[in-house]
Amino acid sequence: MPETPPPFDPHAYATVTAPLLGLDLDPTWMAAITANLGVLAAAAELVAGFPLPDAVEAAPRFEA
Amino acid sequence: MSIPPVSDATTIAAAISQGRASGREVVASALDRIARIDGRVGAFTNVLTERARMRAETLDAAIARGEAIGPLAGVPFAVKNLIDVAGLPTRAGSKINRDCPPAARDGTVVRRLEEAGAILVGALNMGEYAYDFTGENVHDGDAHNPHALDHMTGGSSGGSGAAVAAGLVPLTLGSDTNGSIRVPAAFCGCFGMKPTYGRISRAGSFPFVGSLDHLGPMARSVADLALAYDALQGPDLEDAVLTSRVPEPASPSLESGIGGLRIAVAGGYFARGGDPEAFAACARVAEALGASREVELPEAHRARAAAYLITAAEGATLHLDRLRTRPRDFDPAVRDRLIAGAMIPAPFVERAQRFRRWYRDAVLTVFDSVDVILAPATPCRAPKGGQTHFVLDGVTLPVRANIGLFTQPISFIGLPVVAVPVRLDAGLPLGVQVIAAPWREDLALRVARQLERDGICTAPVAEIA
Repeated sequence: MPETPPPFDPHAYATVTAPLLGLDLDPTWMAAITANLGVLAAAAELVAGFPLPDAVEAAPRFEA
Repeated sequence: MSIPPVSDATTIAAAISQGRASGREVVASALDRIARIDGRVGAFTNVLTERARMRAETLDAAIARGEAIGPLAGVPFAVKNLIDVAGLPTRAGSKINRDCPPAARDGTVVRRLEEAGAILVGALNMGEYAYDFTGENVHDGDAHNPHALDHMTGGSSGGSGAAVAAGLVPLTLGSDTNGSIRVPAAFCGCFGMKPTYGRISRAGSFPFVGSLDHLGPMARSVADLALAYDALQGPDLEDAVLTSRVPEPASPSLESGIGGLRIAVAGGYFARGGDPEAFAACARVAEALGASREVELPEAHRARAAAYLITAAEGATLHLDRLRTRPRDFDPAVRDRLIAGAMIPAPFVERAQRFRRWYRDAVLTVFDSVDVILAPATPCRAPKGGQTHFVLDGVTLPVRANIGLFTQPISFIGLPVVAVPVRLDAGLPLGVQVIAAPWREDLALRVARQLERDGICTAPVAEIA
């Protein structure tokens, strides 16, 4: 296994994921979709950077 | 009619219950103002003229018979068009939902307000499927900020904020998933309330992100917010996450002042990344309340990121079938974000949900030593209509994704908030979030009322050119 994962390629990811989801993407949408995927990936990286204890579970029913 | 044509809900209800005005007069006045002004504001998508007139006549007849009428007697109100109104398809700001059958009955919140005597006069413009902070809508046209028609209302409850600020109705309902009541309240200079998650039934409203969606009122006075909030509470088996707590009316304690309340300002994340005016508004409110202490909501930047992920994923899941079958009927800006959201790997979302649990526990600890926390509602004043980017703290950012950066970490864990309007100068208003611990809406409303009484936060009707 490589020590660091390969850089995320949102265009390639969207291209292979769309058929799995049953989505037919117009090529003119790709720039916006991949830009959004980039923002989401950055958000996910930020969340993943916080060391959560294993015992912290998602509340199955969220209550304030 | 012995009240001004543009009055707040409390004034109208008092006048009607005392016989100084009739429901028919009040409704006629509201409908007339909507007809004259809304063409420039774009707040309404449906005006329910006949329904409102009939309801007013029924109310007047009940009063004439000496029957008891509710605390919102004769108050005209309107609701964001994601809330069911009998006879209308619940469009939720979309083109697609207009093909849905008309709602068979009103949503719970509409019924609750009408049981309290209020009169529904229409449905309000909103950002498509509530995935919006601007108040812009490619299908219905944009809602325009009544204080400067070439500026955004904020969204997604843009029509709800604009209708109140323009004096078209004294009371509206909106929804808030990540800030969609608090943002238009700030941009339009009115009061807005996002109650605790699970406090008010969402049954009969079109969802967006089930684990983040709230409904709440917007108004030009704190007493009106409290009146509506009190009427909206109550059990409803049709909303799976609704609290089983008994209703806790806030109006009785509204004039209790702030004595004994521990009020602090949110620092760290909430003190950077915005225009100086946003922080100046917060500082003005803090000074008026004597709040000199600062607290930090830990990891707020990650909370916002997690809210962003959950919103995209849950929203996309809700709309996946429509994205498959009618992608070209979406607002492109909404569609492309939803498609990206559908592609988020499940571990990212699960991680965000687990972080949410941690963050909630951490923030609740902060409330051990404070009762109310103040934070800016938005990072700036209302941008220009159509504006796609702004500069915050020297960084150029997309408008749509970043207007809610101070609201998202709060709704993420369902805290109750009253957004209060602040006018620093002759320019557009700003807003401040008055945040309380879960189920303590009463405290946020008391603080908001004190600010209103002291003249720090007011919501005058916009003068529309």
